[in-house]
Amino acid sequence: KNEYDLLVIGGGSGGLACAKEAAQFGRKVAVLDYVDPSPQGTTWGLGGTCVNVGCIPKKLMHQAALLGSALKDAHHYGWNIAQPVHHTWSVMAQAVQNYVKSLNWGHRVQLQDKKVKYFNMKGSFSDPHTVRGLTKAGKETIVTADNIVIATGGRPKYPTHIAGALQYGITSDDLFWLKESPGKTLPSFILNVSLECAGFLTGIGLDTAVMMRSIPLRGFDQASMEYLTQMASLVTEHMESYGTKFLKRCFPTKVEKLESNRLQVTWKNTDLGTEETDSFDTVMWAVGRAPDTKTLNLETVGVKTNSETGKIIVDASEATSVPHIYAIGDITEGRPELTPTAIAAGKLLAQRLFGQSSELMDYDSVPTTVFTPLEYGCVGLSEEAAVQRHGSDNIEVFHAYYKPLEFTVAERDATQCYMKMVCLREREQRILGLHFIGPNAGEVIQGFALGIKCGATYPQLMKTVGIHPTCAEEVTKLHITKRSGLDATVTGC
Amino acid sequence: EYDLIIIGGGSGGLACSKEAAALGKKVMVLDYVVPTPLGTTWGLGGTCVNVGCIPKKLMHQAALLGQALQDSRKYGWQYEEQVKHNWEIMVEAIQNYIGSLNWGYRVSLREKSVTYLNSYGEFVEPHKIKATNRKGQVTYHTAETFVLATGERPRYPGIPGDKEFCITSDDLFSLPYCPGKTLVVGASYVALECAGFLAGLGLDVTVMVRSILLRGFDQEMAEKVGAHMETHGVKFIRKFVPVQASALFRSRLEVTVNDLCSVGRSKLTIICTAIGRDACTRNIGLDTIGVKINEKNGKVPVNDEEQTNVPYVYAIGDILDGKLELTPVAIQAGRLLARRLYGGSSRKCDYINVPTTVFTPLEYGSCGFPEERAIEEFGKENLEVYHSLFWPLEWTVPGRDNNTCYAKVICNKQDNNRVIGLHVLGPNAGEVTQGFAAAIKCGLTKELLDETIGIHPTCAEVFTTMDITKASGQDITQKGC
Repeated sequence: KNEYDLLVIGGGSGGLACAKEAAQFGRKVAVLDYVDPSPQGTTWGLGGTCVNVGCIPKKLMHQAALLGSALKDAHHYGWNIAQPVHHTWSVMAQAVQNYVKSLNWGHRVQLQDKKVKYFNMKGSFSDPHTVRGLTKAGKETIVTADNIVIATGGRPKYPTHIAGALQYGITSDDLFWLKESPGKTLPSFILNVSLECAGFLTGIGLDTAVMMRSIPLRGFDQASMEYLTQMASLVTEHMESYGTKFLKRCFPTKVEKLESNRLQVTWKNTDLGTEETDSFDTVMWAVGRAPDTKTLNLETVGVKTNSETGKIIVDASEATSVPHIYAIGDITEGRPELTPTAIAAGKLLAQRLFGQSSELMDYDSVPTTVFTPLEYGCVGLSEEAAVQRHGSDNIEVFHAYYKPLEFTVAERDATQCYMKMVCLREREQRILGLHFIGPNAGEVIQGFALGIKCGATYPQLMKTVGIHPTCAEEVTKLHITKRSGLDATVTGC
Repeated sequence: EYDLIIIGGGSGGLACSKEAAALGKKVMVLDYVVPTPLGTTWGLGGTCVNVGCIPKKLMHQAALLGQALQDSRKYGWQYEEQVKHNWEIMVEAIQNYIGSLNWGYRVSLREKSVTYLNSYGEFVEPHKIKATNRKGQVTYHTAETFVLATGERPRYPGIPGDKEFCITSDDLFSLPYCPGKTLVVGASYVALECAGFLAGLGLDVTVMVRSILLRGFDQEMAEKVGAHMETHGVKFIRKFVPVQASALFRSRLEVTVNDLCSVGRSKLTIICTAIGRDACTRNIGLDTIGVKINEKNGKVPVNDEEQTNVPYVYAIGDILDGKLELTPVAIQAGRLLARRLYGGSSRKCDYINVPTTVFTPLEYGSCGFPEERAIEEFGKENLEVYHSLFWPLEWTVPGRDNNTCYAKVICNKQDNNRVIGLHVLGPNAGEVTQGFAAAIKCGLTKELLDETIGIHPTCAEVFTTMDITKASGQDITQKGC
């Protein structure tokens, strides 16, 4: 007989949610969580990527950068602040790290409260119901369970083909735990992560450059491809005016350490066909994440993975190719890499396994937000995806350039504050997607995501009265179509 | 002479005029601001633009920035300890922006060929008005149809010294000197919003409340709004009314207050009354042409097509009896009215589930029923109220106000757990609430809320993970991610 009803490998957003939900049904549950130190030696506590090296520290540092802008705005609003104003990385980092540690602690307490057994061990399969756990010191424990959920997430990739990349570069795993300022930083390649990091690093006053190729990255879903077109260019345009340097159509060829301990990066500029160099204090790689499956021993038990991505293949009920073995979160193939989807999938899985539920996870129309200096929130189809799916004659795109009221007195540039709504053109005019660039994009989009879940149509949105004065109300006033070619700038009240 | 004459160049009036002109009609707008007792006046655009939403939100923003300055130190920003706020700089910046809006409206009307008169309009006979400008010059104009959109002005308490020594929101937003130690009389959203930002700018503020806060709003939320203001330094004097205001010497004022048990005195610099607004309908000749008004409040009753008892006279905006006093509602009503009159449309203004936000230091956004009204309408046993406290991530590092932000949804059990009321107390409440208002219009249910994935990390996502009902009595204090 197996020792546990459920064993979860991976104590991140998905894993913990699943474990705690299963425990609610009175089941015997165990969680294994283990963090392999990064090449630079960074490690962290219980809670997974989101809590330790993802959403949480990212948004807090983004907030620090936003506060930098607030300090500038404050002058216009009558606040007398003596110059110079400067930012101290270590004060921020310590505050953020302390908060993260409190969350690690909170998670351990929660597991204890819910009587979930927690092992700080690295797991690998021995057979379909047996997992071997190894502590940092090398002590081994064998755990058996009726059901096993793999939720080990992913880790940042290194471009190992670039000389010096592994030795001298860091990733997001390290950035949030740096005790000292990263100084002049080069976050490389284009991804949400690199833009968000470049954004807040610029915002706290650091000299930051982003290096990117022009080719859209492979393996990305439609929502991300959208990101590389209209909305993406608005976001990056804003960052450029904000102070981040972009090295477009460039790719690095090597990283070397200088005598001064700074790093010298050599890259090829594909536009000019030249080779260039510059020195930086920090080089950060944000070239994608790889699923953390290497040491799981999946081949031993026959859990199938996608040959290209390495992610675990699951069906609509999160089941892998092996009975009683499931997978959720970032490690699963074809799923959005988001905390809330992992949590929801984990909870629903536990409910199906132990709670007589048959409800499956709905991955449709999941709203997301990129927390760049000017935030980009979206839900539903991108314009490109809508055109592909329905044909450009069958869709209508309503759009507007607007100016947040708070920008007026602050004399801030609102050129990239923009929104668009993609609808079907036929009578009902159902809304397929909504895209918003501006402050508090996440707060704006969340409620509209609900609307889209309710099957909202353009006429219904127009019947909704706006809240004045907000940015969100402009969504309810969208009326200029791209097709008309008319000026989409919102003028006055 | 004209197809349409609109009396009142505010949110509703301007929207209506521009829509009618776009449909090819000959339109005139009259707008005139009677100066306050202090002598304050302003340009085209109405209450919202000049002495309402716009300056209010900008001053609220100034106050929020004060809070941001404090937070920023915890996030690693360093600068000199002493930070003070300069009222005059703020007012100048805000008034400049308002001036640009006034100008923008004038240009907009001109571009759309709407005739604009900066004159006081009143009816002299059916289909005819008399327009008097600031210099006293009089002209007469006739039209087939009229729209009343004259809005409201703040009410004075009617006590000795009120007009002499008290100011209202009409004066506050352009006050050329810092108000200093202020007493705000009233508990409307105007009173609380003003008190809130004045305190946020570092001023000593007291609010005098006769009975309850935010009458008409969900009282649980109203009390939380007030409680937050109190913990952040705003003083409240509850169950008091002022009976006299007088000047002691120079600019220091004294207010004598009265309640059942005692009479006290308070020394202050400015008394700002925010006890309600009166419709501007008494002196525009409505009795001459037979337009009925509600004698109690001066407001104009209309049918569901905004028509008064006189067929060729319509009314929109704040002066409507029994309707919401909100800019977007007035704009919507004005536009739809023009389309019905001249565009062959039959679409009426939808006043159901209109979302609002009170921009107090802790903002309160809502859509649908307040809990008390829901209980009245549906019966407590037919409702399920889900609620949750939440801690905005941005407040963790500065260690601010844990277990203060709050959200609740009121569901109708008899109708598939349909969401009939949604309330949120927290930062950016307006941005959060707007999308949910659209969802409510589309028939939002609790199930759909549960099925929707949250955006992480935001405040709004709290609505997608609400599990605890009020009925269960379970603890909703937050402990972690």
